[in-house]
Amino acid sequence: MPAPIRLRELIRTIRTARTQAEEREMIQKECAAIRSSFREEDNTYRCRNVAKLLYMHMLGYPAHFGQLECLKLIASQKFTDKRIGYLGAMLLLDERQDVHLLMTNCIKNDLNHSTQYVQGLALCTLGCMGSSEMCRDLAGEVEKLLKTSNSYLRKKAALCAVHVIRKVPELMEMFLPATKNLLSEKNHGVLHTSVVLLTEMCERSPDMLLHFRKVWLLVPQLVRILKNLIMSGYSPEHDVSGISDPFLQVRILRLLRILGRSDDDSSEAMNDILAQVATNTETSKNVGNAILYETVLTIMDIKSESGLRVLAINILGRFLLNNDKNIRYVALTSLLKTVQTDHNAVQRHRSTIVDCLKDLDVSIKRRAMELSFALVNGNNIRGMMKELLYFLDSCDPEFKADCASGVFLAAEKYAPSKRWHIDTIMRVLTTAGSYVRDDSVPNLIQLITNSVEMHAYTVQRLYKALLDDISQQPLVQVSSWCIGEYGDLLVSGQCEEEEPIQVTEDEVLDVLEGLLVSNLSTPVTRGYSLTAIMKLSTRFSSVNRIKKVVSIYGSSIDVELQQRAVEYNALFKKYDHMRSALLERMPIMEKTASNGPTEIVQTNGETEPSVPDTKLPPLITQPANQANDLLDLLGGNDVVPVIQTTLPTKPASAGGELLDLLGDLSLSGGPAPAPSVPISQPPFLLDGLSSQPLFNDISAAIPPMTAYNKNGLKIEFTFERANPNPNIAVITIHATNTTEADMTEFVFQAAVPKTFQLQLLSPSSNIVPALNQGSVTQVIRVLNPQKQQLRMRVKLTYTHKGSPVQDLAEVNNFPPQSWQ
Amino acid sequence: MTMHFLLLFSRQGKLRLQKWFTPVPEREKKKIVRDMTTMVLGRKPRSCNFLHWKDLKIVYKKYASLYFCCGLDAEENELLALEVLHRYVELLDKYFGNVCELDIIFNFEKAYFILDEFLLGGEVQETSKQVLSRSIEASDMLQEVSVIPRSR
Repeated sequence: MPAPIRLRELIRTIRTARTQAEEREMIQKECAAIRSSFREEDNTYRCRNVAKLLYMHMLGYPAHFGQLECLKLIASQKFTDKRIGYLGAMLLLDERQDVHLLMTNCIKNDLNHSTQYVQGLALCTLGCMGSSEMCRDLAGEVEKLLKTSNSYLRKKAALCAVHVIRKVPELMEMFLPATKNLLSEKNHGVLHTSVVLLTEMCERSPDMLLHFRKVWLLVPQLVRILKNLIMSGYSPEHDVSGISDPFLQVRILRLLRILGRSDDDSSEAMNDILAQVATNTETSKNVGNAILYETVLTIMDIKSESGLRVLAINILGRFLLNNDKNIRYVALTSLLKTVQTDHNAVQRHRSTIVDCLKDLDVSIKRRAMELSFALVNGNNIRGMMKELLYFLDSCDPEFKADCASGVFLAAEKYAPSKRWHIDTIMRVLTTAGSYVRDDSVPNLIQLITNSVEMHAYTVQRLYKALLDDISQQPLVQVSSWCIGEYGDLLVSGQCEEEEPIQVTEDEVLDVLEGLLVSNLSTPVTRGYSLTAIMKLSTRFSSVNRIKKVVSIYGSSIDVELQQRAVEYNALFKKYDHMRSALLERMPIMEKTASNGPTEIVQTNGETEPSVPDTKLPPLITQPANQANDLLDLLGGNDVVPVIQTTLPTKPASAGGELLDLLGDLSLSGGPAPAPSVPISQPPFLLDGLSSQPLFNDISAAIPPMTAYNKNGLKIEFTFERANPNPNIAVITIHATNTTEADMTEFVFQAAVPKTFQLQLLSPSSNIVPALNQGSVTQVIRVLNPQKQQLRMRVKLTYTHKGSPVQDLAEVNNFPPQSWQ
Repeated sequence: MTMHFLLLFSRQGKLRLQKWFTPVPEREKKKIVRDMTTMVLGRKPRSCNFLHWKDLKIVYKKYASLYFCCGLDAEENELLALEVLHRYVELLDKYFGNVCELDIIFNFEKAYFILDEFLLGGEVQETSKQVLSRSIEASDMLQEVSVIPRSR
């Protein structure tokens, strides 16, 4: 049989194939030849054949029949054979294969071989893909090699040990003695792999970590090694663009991070070296920035002093200005992680971050957007919103939904005025209207309803937007709803904020009817329009036209539309006396305090409305107790309000009949979500904006107040009305600490005048972390049946820097809405 | 630098080298290679070198006609990963002398040998270029001998 063709020859031949079929043919032919050669147990050419097989395997062809041949090669005494054999094993014989374990004996022998390169092959293979059983069998050999003085073998044994520990964590202990002396090596390879091994051990075992910290005093050792690295002169062996062994530097920094985490002493011991690396590393090339990046990550993760933290954030700020987009990307990712804990420091770089919104790279834009939303606050809302809206206009569709949601959330939290808020919403709806999330529509409707003085302005603007474009469904839905509600303001030209437009009732009805017939309108939108048209029957005088429209849709194919039209028809015919009551202006809706998915607020139409009045401004018109039943008549996708009503003044008969009419329909509130704070945001936005606990100050009316601010301890009160009893004020205290040391054993006590009753729930913790890294929250419930002015005396006790502190204070500046 | 895998592929998506540091079924490997090739080749020219894929960070760099692509844990330092890739290219360049894609095609086993002296179990094992080159040279010399010397 002629000698099998050489590897390079085969490669050359296969590359001449012009089609996939031709290639397959060549390969099949060669595989057949190789198979028969294997059958003949040919030792001379086995190596060549397996190499060819590996090449074909890379092209995607099956090579499993070569597995056993790899084992034979490994057992051979020729180095060439062993090299190819181990390579084949690593490519074809992972732990999923049955014959994998057959390697164990060979590897064991080779680990004890006289030639270090053979030992190296065995260590490499074991360390790359050894199974748990194999690791268990051979751990002893690896441990032996860890103690050798041969640095070539020692470094490989260290990484092999890492693999063994990953596969069989229980074996970690046995490597401990051998690891002890590793750091005294001068050889960089051994040093590097030792640091990797120590890192793996620390990450897996907190006990080991403590042991290294306290008994081995690892931190000073590492600091010394790192210092020598930096201070030592040029070393050609390890130099990369003027920096000495960056790989080792980064690994040491990483291990320091793990050791310094939540440990004051260790963190202090590494402060100097971190500052040194941060200030002295050359930043012109990627390698220097890689080290700086790792340094910043370490500084932010350990208990570093504030000066160092500011230094770290400034480094990130400089990164943002770097021409290299990789570095900008990395800076944005890191800033996003630190924006909660070091908010003020990150704010200083706000303008640079906003500039990154205009970057060409998609990943950078996304991170800049997330970070921008995290940085929005009451002071910068106008400027930031301008930038973010501009971004919304021009960004890719994949960003628009998240950006729109972010804008809504930020606007709701920080809007400087109602008009600005509504303008912002309009801008979003008109520019990114089709990308807005579904739950925005009810939220926006609620917002508009509650901005009483802006109704005329809002409906006018929405009407004008509709004239321009009816394709964006959320915009169309909100507009139809508003026109239905405030159409009378529209035609009477009452707008104060801007030039009132002249529009007739017929024109308005034209627009709404246009929505009903347009191909662009979804069924939901059609529902909105029909209801809006119906509502206008009590606001406009052209009732006949409306009656006609309604009756036409009584035979619509769309079941939802049909049902609505039939019911509205019934209103015209049999229940006309109730029509005006039913279609009245919506009252102000109370936002429900929900921390989870939006709740459906159940209102039971049958009982007498005992819901007491609240602090909300008086309703526009007389609400009927039947307003509860508005739920069902206008149900479906419309907003479900929590109706605040006064005691019934209508004659009982009308109410009774209405209740009977609706008695068949379910009164469970339907599928519509109650207006509430939009919580269903994608996680990344929540991360950025949840710097306060979720027990937020929901009631738009009651602002939070600072109750105490002394010696670095600041206590803020946020308010909420308890549902259903509004005599109870629910106050949440947020205690934060701007000093450098934690305040431990923190206890907050409060006393109120005799006419009140106080209930203090348990605090979130009794440690107020330093440097505003977190807060202690506690809920106070105050019952105030006599509606007297709320006053409180507070007593604070805590331990700060070892000494106990106690303070008494009076809190008198409660906002009136909290107790009226 | 815990690497999960390292792939080299051409502009047409042909695989030139694949190193897997975690056990992955054969079908899964093929899928990952397909995904990486599609994602990386589909990137716009001036994008940054980092991607997200499942829970891994993907770092890639183009050298002439070859893409070097590696998958890392989410906490890894991407900038250092770029240095690791660069170091590997330097090692290849030193060995082959002005390395090009053809060298790696025709000498793929040598590319693997060099990689196995540089990385072990997904981590860097030697940070000195000279030490590494010397080891490779010595290993190559050993291939010339017919039987490996037994004596110690």
